[in-house]
Amino acid sequence: MHWPLTSLLTLAWRNLWRNYRRTLIMLLAIALGVWAMIVMSALMRGMTDQMVRNGLATLPGEAQIHHPDFRLDPSVVNHMSMPAGNLLAQLNSAPITAWAARLRVPAVLASEYASRGVTVLGVDPVQEAALGSLPETLLEGRMLASPDDRGILLGASLARRLDTGLGKRIVLMSQDTENNVADRGVRVVGVYRARLQGDEERFAYVGRGALQELLGLEQEVTEIAVSAADYRAVDAWLPALRASAGPGLEVLGWTELHTFLGTMLAVQEGFVLVFMVVVFLVLSFGLINTLVMAVFERTRELGLMQALGMRPALILSQVLLESLQLLALGLLAGNGLALATLLPLRDGVDISAVAEGMEMMEMGTTLYPLLAVNDMLLSTAVVLTLGLLASLLPAWRASRLDPVRALARH
Amino acid sequence: MNITWRLAWRNLWRRRRRTWLTVGAMVFCNTLLIFLISVQLGSYQMMIDNSLGAFSGHLQLQHEGFDEDQRIRQSVPAVTERALQVEALLAGEAVAARGVAYALASSEERSFGIQVTGVQPAREPGVSTLPGLLREGRYLSGADGEIVVGALLARNLRVGPGDEITMLGSGRDGSFAAAIATVVGIIESGIPELDRALAQVSLPWFQAVFNMGDHGHSLVVRLRNLERVPAAVVALQPLLAGAPELVVLDWDQLQPGLRQAIRSDMVSAWVMYGVLILLVAFSVLNTQLMSVLERTREFGVMLALGVSPGRLARLVGLETALLAALGLALGVAAGGLLGWYLQQAGFTFPGMEEMNARFNLPERIYPPVTLASLLWGPLTVFLGALLAAVYPALRLFGLQPVSAMRAG
Repeated sequence: MHWPLTSLLTLAWRNLWRNYRRTLIMLLAIALGVWAMIVMSALMRGMTDQMVRNGLATLPGEAQIHHPDFRLDPSVVNHMSMPAGNLLAQLNSAPITAWAARLRVPAVLASEYASRGVTVLGVDPVQEAALGSLPETLLEGRMLASPDDRGILLGASLARRLDTGLGKRIVLMSQDTENNVADRGVRVVGVYRARLQGDEERFAYVGRGALQELLGLEQEVTEIAVSAADYRAVDAWLPALRASAGPGLEVLGWTELHTFLGTMLAVQEGFVLVFMVVVFLVLSFGLINTLVMAVFERTRELGLMQALGMRPALILSQVLLESLQLLALGLLAGNGLALATLLPLRDGVDISAVAEGMEMMEMGTTLYPLLAVNDMLLSTAVVLTLGLLASLLPAWRASRLDPVRALARH
Repeated sequence: MNITWRLAWRNLWRRRRRTWLTVGAMVFCNTLLIFLISVQLGSYQMMIDNSLGAFSGHLQLQHEGFDEDQRIRQSVPAVTERALQVEALLAGEAVAARGVAYALASSEERSFGIQVTGVQPAREPGVSTLPGLLREGRYLSGADGEIVVGALLARNLRVGPGDEITMLGSGRDGSFAAAIATVVGIIESGIPELDRALAQVSLPWFQAVFNMGDHGHSLVVRLRNLERVPAAVVALQPLLAGAPELVVLDWDQLQPGLRQAIRSDMVSAWVMYGVLILLVAFSVLNTQLMSVLERTREFGVMLALGVSPGRLARLVGLETALLAALGLALGVAAGGLLGWYLQQAGFTFPGMEEMNARFNLPERIYPPVTLASLLWGPLTVFLGALLAAVYPALRLFGLQPVSAMRAG
């Protein structure tokens, strides 16, 4: 069967503009719907992305290696040796971009006025810098210089609670490998500011070598944090890392280490789709309405076409084409509007007014909308698929008109 | 029935299908809004209740600056007597005194830095849900040397009921403080931050160990409901008269994140609702504009017969109001049914359990249907629909009878 596509397209296009007010209103509605789909997904995606990034910066890394008992019993007793052999080779090969071997131990810090329980991180500053896990902002003093640095880096909030400051000495107490409490005076060499106040109060940084010496370790560590840039692609390299680490070590990806973040990401993906479908459903009532009216007004004309020999299939496709053109124009406008809204917001939206509420969700004070091409494609797919489905009924009714009755109408 | 009403009602049903489709859009949107808003308001209420109920209470009386710095010297003198005074000022509300200190806790095998809270065992259950969340053992009896700890702390320290914990810290005067406590109970709240940090002993023993004298750090007040907070703050002012260093903090100051989290969630939710409502309004605009345009001839005749344009505009307005009222009534009915069902059956989605634990919410929520959650959304949709009729109605004022009667 021959499909006179060009003439059908022209016919549908002209029909679309016969009642230009109705078409414009519907166009506006579709554009608004598509705009909302894309902008809302970009905001949600930006929010989740930032939560995950912040979470991974303090976790740190997208995967971690521990002694199998360490996560349930975070004591220095459950230590492991520095990576060597296969594991070391794997850590130094692509796609892994950075890794850091660290000592993470619970400890008490005491000044002459107060004491606090914290998590002390014994780090190699060079490795941590590559991983991006050191605090971003240094308020006073300096960062740690080397693994053997004997100073301590404190969060500003913790320093205030301990009533101490730059240059002062505090006592670090922690359990050594023999289950005895080891302590040593350390000098505050730097005060940092973290994105989240909770982290400032929780983490203090010291040199890895200095901490090993205090706790009676040689070269052992309790944690290896591994990063390969894209947090969505962990599954690509995790099995190889796990294999090279051997059965004596536990290698876990971030979704298992930080289940809240993993769930968050999954829920957000699902929610984007649900939101798009819901917006479309509200839109679809108007779309069906428009098409039903357009067909109704043209009953006589459609009857005449059929009487002149136009096949029902052609009439059906003519109405569907009309709907498709309307949807396509709406999509174009909606995508354009969304881009025009999101591009100026690239540098972030200030949400510091609700900063402490955002902290509950591990967010900073600026929201960076994240425009994903996938979301634009997804919204297009949702609108076109469901839109054509919704148009089927009016189009089918138009093609099933009885020419004689239709022509008899006024 | 007035002739305009009758006319409007009949006009509405001239295009049966179109009217139903428009009403359908409103009903769908209203049902959705009732569902979303009742889940939203219900979870805010639970978020506040559970967060405040767990530990912080609705109000606290503290030394100025203690909330920020948590230093042991920022204490409240004569704390138990003050608890009685607060109780007298706020008849019928629960009050308890607490003291807070930091110590190195060591079991036989492990050592951790912990925050020790001294509580009044008889009063604490009135202000906090934690004493009721015992997993093992019992709560404090008031005797010296007893301690209850959070489940994760117990796991980290590798202790169970009957085991001893040594605490080393410093007292209020900077002196060395040391004590041995026996674990009598283990509390599991399901909130990791609490379960990892919780350690409670009885207040008199706490005061003795940490050299506090009769001092404590906070008086915690739990009110029967949130609405009583402002009145209670005022009622407590006489207590502050003789003690300028003391302050009363309400829940918003104690947990500033809570209200902000709710506010930010509310903003993003209303942007979403706004989009849905606007889309429905477009649908109504389209319907009403079409219905006005197709009646141009008819309106021309009516104008020629002496009906004023104002009256025609009122007719169109009335038609829209009837249309919107139909959407409102059916929407509230459908949404109310759905809400009522969810109130019984509860609501959850995959992943909600982990997300909710973050905000002290249970894994399944039973959103209560209230007048606010039932009417807030649908009334906004109703108003949006009325606004949408303004443009079609205004067009009537520009109509010329003669040319209108000739219109196709």
